[in-house]
Amino acid sequence: MRWYLKLLPPFFLLLAWEVASILINNPFILPTPVSVAAVLMTPMADILGSGSIIDNALLSVWRVVLGFGLAVLCAVPIGIIIGRYRTIEELVNPIIQLLRPIPPLAWVPLALAWFKIGLLSIVFIIFIGSFFPILINSIDGVRRVNRTWIETAAIYGAKGWKLLAYVILPASAPAIWTGLRVGFGVAWMCVVAAEMLPGTTSGIGYLIMYSYNWGQVQVIIAGMIVIGIIGIGVDVLFRAVEKRKFQWQEMNR
Amino acid sequence: MTVIIRNVSKTFTARQNEPLIALDNISARVANGEFLCILGPSGCGKTTLLRMIGGLDHPTSGEIEVEGTPVTGPDPRLAMIFQEYSLYPWRTVRSNVGFGLQMRGMPYEEREKIENRFIGLVGLEGFGDSYPYELSGGMRQRVAVARALATDPAVLLMDEPFGALDAQTRNRMQKELLLIWEKTKKTVIFVTHSVDEAVFLADRIMVLSPRPGRIAGIYDVNMPRPRDRTGVEFATLRRDVLELIDRLEDSQ
Ligand SMILES: Nc1ncnc2c1ncn2[C@@H]1O[C@H](COP(=O)(O)OP(=O)(O)OP(=O)(O)O)[C@@H](O)[C@H]1O
Ligand SMILES: [Mg+2]
Repeated sequence: MRWYLKLLPPFFLLLAWEVASILINNPFILPTPVSVAAVLMTPMADILGSGSIIDNALLSVWRVVLGFGLAVLCAVPIGIIIGRYRTIEELVNPIIQLLRPIPPLAWVPLALAWFKIGLLSIVFIIFIGSFFPILINSIDGVRRVNRTWIETAAIYGAKGWKLLAYVILPASAPAIWTGLRVGFGVAWMCVVAAEMLPGTTSGIGYLIMYSYNWGQVQVIIAGMIVIGIIGIGVDVLFRAVEKRKFQWQEMNR
Repeated sequence: MTVIIRNVSKTFTARQNEPLIALDNISARVANGEFLCILGPSGCGKTTLLRMIGGLDHPTSGEIEVEGTPVTGPDPRLAMIFQEYSLYPWRTVRSNVGFGLQMRGMPYEEREKIENRFIGLVGLEGFGDSYPYELSGGMRQRVAVARALATDPAVLLMDEPFGALDAQTRNRMQKELLLIWEKTKKTVIFVTHSVDEAVFLADRIMVLSPRPGRIAGIYDVNMPRPRDRTGVEFATLRRDVLELIDRLEDSQ
């Protein structure tokens, strides 16, 4: 498709928004695109004494990095072990299946009970949210490693960590990477939701909640746009690496 | 290295199905430096036999010895070329060829020379930095051959390695293999569907019957190499083997 055709839908969305905001004529319900753009143009400006959009967004990113990083460090090795050993999988699978469908936000009360309001409980929620997608994909990736690849390695004497490093890991890397991408998406949703909890005093989620209390709807929408952009940006990064590094998987007939 | 197969049977017991006898009482002695071809119809247990020699599978009864020691698992003195696609798609051709050497801890600089030599040997000069997905099926199989040869095994187990090649490449690979074999005096156990290929390559041909695989016939091939595919002797032996295979099929 021609690139300028792809610009048409967003353009019409903006147009509809503009028209709607003029018709509604109430900035506390729907501010104009221009007023939102004004907020976005000054991302470093302090908002109602709560810091700038950029400061708060970076803080949210940092929280995600902590929770998501922790989840990666736990879920990938555990996933590899579970994926490698059938008996372990059969033992722990019921637990995984039981915990997995619980939405991360359902853990909030428990997180508060354990860690009180603050960084730790936010990181915990993010950890829980991204842990399962990473775990499931790692298990699946390792379990699907072609048997002939493992037997070839056996023929050439690869055992233990060599088998892991030279065959299992590279073979399951695309699946694990998909897990990381999905996991990061969930983590990003979790941080915004967790920051809206009462008692939180920073972060992009807090900022838009706080702006609501002050009737600053244009800041709410600007904050939402920033959340979306960061989410897409990271996803694009993940996909770019996927395309460069794991091309063999697509091409492998 | 001598390979001794002693009364080997293999039964697969899949979950619900009744047990499947893949191989029934196979005995053979493959002498040091011998080139043995195993011929047989699809599903008669050729791959199973080769896997057991390679230590990837275990006989239900009987035993296999390599140079006096019973096979209990994969052995660095043996290399196997799989029937199915076995290259590592995330590694380049060069890095696939060097895989066995790398697993043995050979440093990169030392490996590189050997890798290049075997890439050249299988006619893939210039493809060292390609990935397997950039190669044709036949080229991939040649990489697998190079990977096995690079580790300089005393026993080479080959499972229909040239099955996917065109006639021309196939003939060339057969000649190359014979040259390598004559030079290095490896013991080769070579599985094939092609009677022509077996008669061209083998010192001895073992014909297996359809399921369950039993030894249906053994042929000594006493023709000097290189063999002339159009010669009388070649044609006579090929006809004999084909007749046996026909008879086996009819008796099914
Ligand atoms: N892991 C397994 N579990 C159950 N049955 C098996 C297994 N491996 C092989 N078989 C069965 O054993 C028989 C022999 O298989 P094998 O792969 O050795 O045949 P083959 O002679 O190599 O055939 P082809 O020429 O088609 O490669 C087949 O009937 C197959 O279904
Ligand atoms: Mg086979």
